[in-house]
Amino acid sequence: MVLQTIWFFLWGLLWALFFMTDGFDFGIGTLYPFLGKTDQDKRIMINSLGPLWDGNEVWLITAAGVTFAAFPTVYAVMFSSLYSVLMLILFALILRGVSFEFRGKVDDPRWRKIWDTCIFIGSFTPALLFGVVFANIFKGIPIDHNGIYHGTLFTLLNPYGLLGGVLFVMLFLVHGALWLAIKTEGDLHERAASVANKLWPVLLWVVVIFLIASRFFTHLYDNYLAHPALFLVILITVFALLSIKFFLAKRAFFRAWFASALTIVGSTFFGIVGLYPNLFPSSLNPKYSLTAQNASSSPLTLKIMLIVVIIFLPIVIGYQIWTYNLFKGKVTKEDLAYEEAY
Amino acid sequence: MDVVLLSRLQFATATMFHFLFVPLTLGLSVLVAFMETKYVRTGDETYLRMTKFWGKLFLINFAVGVVTGITLEFQFGTNWSRYSAFVGDIFGSLLAIEATAAFFLESTLIGVWIFGWNKISKKAHAIVMWLIAGAGTMSAVWILMANGWMQHPVGFTIRNGRAELVDFAAVVFNKFAILEFFHTVPAAYILSAFFVMGISAYHLLKKQHIDFFTKSFRIALVFGLIFSIFTAITGDMHGVHVTETQPAKLAAMEAHWETTTRAPLHLFAVPDEKNERNSVEIGSIPGLLSFLTRHDFNAEVRGLKDFPKDERPPVLLSFFSFRIMVALGALFPLLTIIGWFKRNRLVESPGYLKIMLWSIPLPYIAIELGWVLAEVGRQPWIVYGLMKTSDAASPVASSQVLISLIAFILVYSLLGAVGFYLIAKNARQGPAH
Repeated sequence: MVLQTIWFFLWGLLWALFFMTDGFDFGIGTLYPFLGKTDQDKRIMINSLGPLWDGNEVWLITAAGVTFAAFPTVYAVMFSSLYSVLMLILFALILRGVSFEFRGKVDDPRWRKIWDTCIFIGSFTPALLFGVVFANIFKGIPIDHNGIYHGTLFTLLNPYGLLGGVLFVMLFLVHGALWLAIKTEGDLHERAASVANKLWPVLLWVVVIFLIASRFFTHLYDNYLAHPALFLVILITVFALLSIKFFLAKRAFFRAWFASALTIVGSTFFGIVGLYPNLFPSSLNPKYSLTAQNASSSPLTLKIMLIVVIIFLPIVIGYQIWTYNLFKGKVTKEDLAYEEAY
Repeated sequence: MDVVLLSRLQFATATMFHFLFVPLTLGLSVLVAFMETKYVRTGDETYLRMTKFWGKLFLINFAVGVVTGITLEFQFGTNWSRYSAFVGDIFGSLLAIEATAAFFLESTLIGVWIFGWNKISKKAHAIVMWLIAGAGTMSAVWILMANGWMQHPVGFTIRNGRAELVDFAAVVFNKFAILEFFHTVPAAYILSAFFVMGISAYHLLKKQHIDFFTKSFRIALVFGLIFSIFTAITGDMHGVHVTETQPAKLAAMEAHWETTTRAPLHLFAVPDEKNERNSVEIGSIPGLLSFLTRHDFNAEVRGLKDFPKDERPPVLLSFFSFRIMVALGALFPLLTIIGWFKRNRLVESPGYLKIMLWSIPLPYIAIELGWVLAEVGRQPWIVYGLMKTSDAASPVASSQVLISLIAFILVYSLLGAVGFYLIAKNARQGPAH
């Protein structure tokens, strides 16, 4: 059914948009203890994502909500199978969110230290674990015909899963460093740009290793080999990845960031395209895999949800672009004096 | 302990904690938007200071509310996967619509409101807060529609071993959900009004920022007065509807055992579930329960014994949460009516101000108990009449749930302590000059 296929790719798109938007927040939060040398640096880093992170995080809520609405069985099996890892992500996100708000509310270095630690943990953990989760989905999860998971948290921490984690962390680090370079000036700006420059070759290597490893650990390439035109997805992604370096060399940071955004979306779609029609493949037996066909909602629900998404998604993207545009300038010392700043 | 019990405890912890912050977000956003509009219209700087002062408290509260909200969405999948697979076609879409059509707007604009004071016009800035308030209310519409469907499922058919949507309009216009909305959201407004009145009372008692807090108090007073009466009225309508749709819940919340005409209302009772009777009954008024539930003193009201033992909700908890909620619900209009007569001489009424200061927690208790009644009173069903809670949990190891439950209790206690400490600290400091 066409509806199910549309929803499969919408599902992928929503996750990709979440990684693309909240990704630089995670990246900056992970770079935070390393680049934030002074309290002023730290505050500039937080305020560079201050007006945006909350709206970015809703892409996660929407991606999860759409999984629930369009593919209830996937939502049920995915979230219960990945219980421990999702709980870790959840607690990390909780800590990260309140830290931004709480950090500046009491004038005491020890108080700020607590929330600084939470910002790092709360950003690094989701970056790593979302990568672990999605790499494991690409690889297949040990679920039986009843959707019952035969494994533990540590089952997910296999080499390919961890490689996925490293990939996501690297993608988000570069993405975050570029955002920071856009949003800052002076010394912090130089350091952010230099980090992006230094991390880019590492990211390139990780991407190459991941693409090769996927050949041995997953069946993702089956779709590509059956329809060679799909290799375009990989080509575009690699092209975007190379453009990051190109723009970085020209110190065109916004373009580099944009290329990095495209790299993240492309990397997500590399997996999504390879997965189709599986949403949650079983590593025990392909017959147990949850697919766009056997795990979807009723046609009526898919239709209604499609109408909702067609109406609201452009509106959401519209006002989010408006917001990004509104806060496009650099975060300066003067901005920190502003009483509402984090 | 088994997975179902642990998951229920975890759900109760996560939901009740989340709901300590949601009502204030719903109500205070409206009050702050109103204050900011006053500022834009009159140019009076007091209203700007009010917007900033109450806005700051709003934002601390909002932060905790937002992060604990993600838990709720995740939990349906992590802990209630059988439920999720069964209802996703309907319940899942309502949650997804909530995120797409309402929560996105609220979360995106909150950043604009915090950081946008110098970036957009005064008028646009006030509109942003109205949009935040509106989006919050729209979120409540969709979430309560989802809960309303669990309470009184409509517009579905059982196909492929699950509940599938057949009539979207029936789900949207579910009378149960509509009554829940008109009872819950106004109750959130009461809570916010008492929050503002209580903090204002604190400063008025200390005779500081008198003009500022008299104005704040009065705005909240009108708000509280209107909605405490409104909530009581919709509460009555909701009770009548529960009698039709969930007779077992009604019988439990009234500790009504035998099916009778001229059913009495017990002002106070101690239900004895084991022996299927009340061990103590004080102030029983004959016919009043029939009147309240069916608007006829002689109408028949079904008693608990009419239902098989395994289809009765916990009576003690339902009865007391309902009694305390109603008692508090009666107190709120009373306190606001008294306030109305004292509105011009608040500073000279320290006794009243003290009562209002100490009343801040009362709407919190009432609104939490309202949810206890709604959810516990629906037991043993997770979807009324369709699916039992005991069949709904995920096939996960109980040790996993136990660990996450302990983690929730620890993290949330800390979060609650810090959140309320910061709210109290900033509230005590008073407005900037």
